[in-house]
Amino acid sequence: MATASIFNKISDSAMLPERVKLIINDVTKWLVFPLLGILGFLLLWSVSAQNIDTSLGKFPGPTAVFQQFESLYDEHVSERAKEEKFYERQELRNQKRLEKDPSYVAKTRSYTGKETFLDQIVTSLVTVMSGFLVAAAIAVPLGIAVGLSKSLNAAVNPIVQIFKPVSPLAWLPLVTMVVSALYVSPDPMVSKSFLNSMITVTLCCLWPMVINTSVGVASIDSDLVNVSKVLRLPALTHVRKIVLPASIPMIFTGMRLSLGVAWMVLIAAEMLAQNPGLGKFVWDEFQNGSSNSLARIMAAVIVIGAIGFLLDRMMLQIQRYVSWDKASADR
Amino acid sequence: MSVLLDISHIDMVFPTPKGPFTALSDVSLKINKGEFVSLIGHSGCGKSTVLNVVAGLYQASSGGVLLNGKEVNEPGPERAVVFQNHSLLPWLSAYQNVELAVDQVFGKDKTKAEKKDWIEHNLQLVHMDHAMHKLPGEISGGMKQRVGIARALAMQPEVLLMDEPFGALDALTRAHMQDSLMEIQAELNNTVIMITHDVDEAVLLSDRIVMMTNGPSATVGEILDVNLERPRDRLALAEDSEYTRLRSEVLKFLYEKQRKVEPITKGSETRNKKKTEAA
Repeated sequence: MATASIFNKISDSAMLPERVKLIINDVTKWLVFPLLGILGFLLLWSVSAQNIDTSLGKFPGPTAVFQQFESLYDEHVSERAKEEKFYERQELRNQKRLEKDPSYVAKTRSYTGKETFLDQIVTSLVTVMSGFLVAAAIAVPLGIAVGLSKSLNAAVNPIVQIFKPVSPLAWLPLVTMVVSALYVSPDPMVSKSFLNSMITVTLCCLWPMVINTSVGVASIDSDLVNVSKVLRLPALTHVRKIVLPASIPMIFTGMRLSLGVAWMVLIAAEMLAQNPGLGKFVWDEFQNGSSNSLARIMAAVIVIGAIGFLLDRMMLQIQRYVSWDKASADR
Repeated sequence: MSVLLDISHIDMVFPTPKGPFTALSDVSLKINKGEFVSLIGHSGCGKSTVLNVVAGLYQASSGGVLLNGKEVNEPGPERAVVFQNHSLLPWLSAYQNVELAVDQVFGKDKTKAEKKDWIEHNLQLVHMDHAMHKLPGEISGGMKQRVGIARALAMQPEVLLMDEPFGALDALTRAHMQDSLMEIQAELNNTVIMITHDVDEAVLLSDRIVMMTNGPSATVGEILDVNLERPRDRLALAEDSEYTRLRSEVLKFLYEKQRKVEPITKGSETRNKKKTEAA
């Protein structure tokens, strides 16, 4: 007995307190290993980059790309400064004309300088979010209706199944032609190119969302449906109180799936159609072919990846907040 | 005593790809106001089908159900159901689950404050007032079933339908729930139809035990009156000769007259079920 207790005491004092141990464990898991992974990747990248010679010079290593991040930001700042000066000059000119001739109606022209990298990021983000929201506004109600009615499901299913595997890029020419034919207005609210990209994103998001929503709705626990029947809930209350909350986890699965694909497709669509956005930036740099081009494209690639990751995280956070089934968000 | 619920000559035929399957044939049963009736029988004998017809969730192929002389042909809150696995909405708290029912049933007849009192009263009845703002995921199986019962009681049903309400609970929790149910029953004197395959539960709780024959074409086999004095105490009854007689009557019906021969290969689940019944 005595020896045993002494032994316990020794091992107690030798052991770190449990809390410290847990923290160290966490730090290794969430910080040390990821950092090691990134460092390893950077090393591999810089070593192999030095050994690749392209017609535009050496393939850019991490340092070159980092420099391009800086210069892209500087370009953005100086472009903004130019824009400001342009408006100042215009203001001044208009004031002078007004002083000379009070009946003169001042004209304001907007600045038409080239879009910077940051502008392109914003354009792509706005496009993907609007396309996504339009798709959600169509797909969620449609999915609920399809999930509730077996006959509607039978009617809609073949169409969804046929269109689901189509790359939205195949739609792009059709969308472009239809938009230019139908969207004619002397004072357009949004540009045609924006509309083209947005509709392509919508077409891409639509199918996964319809399918996941309808499956979620169709697979509601029949006991819950019976509860609703016993209570004689009116159809709309039934959807609002039972169907929608029950299928939220599946709806979000569909949304995350489609937003991820939509971001990839949007970049490709912008490259293909020369619509403003990150895709156009990449393509322009490629066509430009300066010694910096590859590094700038690499910078864009990293940004595209980071944004895609953040979009998914954002959806996950919204899902955690909205959904009652906290476990489903981590699946 | 007046007949509240009249189940008369119900047949239930389900269409299957292999042809029609007759689950029930000619089931008749009259239930008085304030009576507690248990339906007992082997699994698959159509007990739940009877309950679902009374609830209005199934339509009988022929025959029908009269409640207060009016035919039942759709579900409704006057025939509240307590489902086997609680079926609470997992995104609503215990209180909100009951509230959904109360809002629907008493929509404009009660003021907000009256509704709140009524919800809390029903949760108190099942001893769940201490956890009424918890989500179903945060409470135990027995507690969930209590909330399920509170939700059904809150609809002020004319008949309370219970589909193996304690079947998914462990033996100790089940005993506790049975005591609670007897307590509530003593206070409210509801009309109850309960499905069970627990012989002790049937004898302990019921005024009448309806024993069903094996399916297909299941029907009412025998009806046993339970004239044990209330309030009933499970410990005292354990040595009561009348209780023992009633218990063995039910057992005889189930294991002699309606002995169910099931192939062993059907899996251990059914065998285990039988064991708990016999225990």
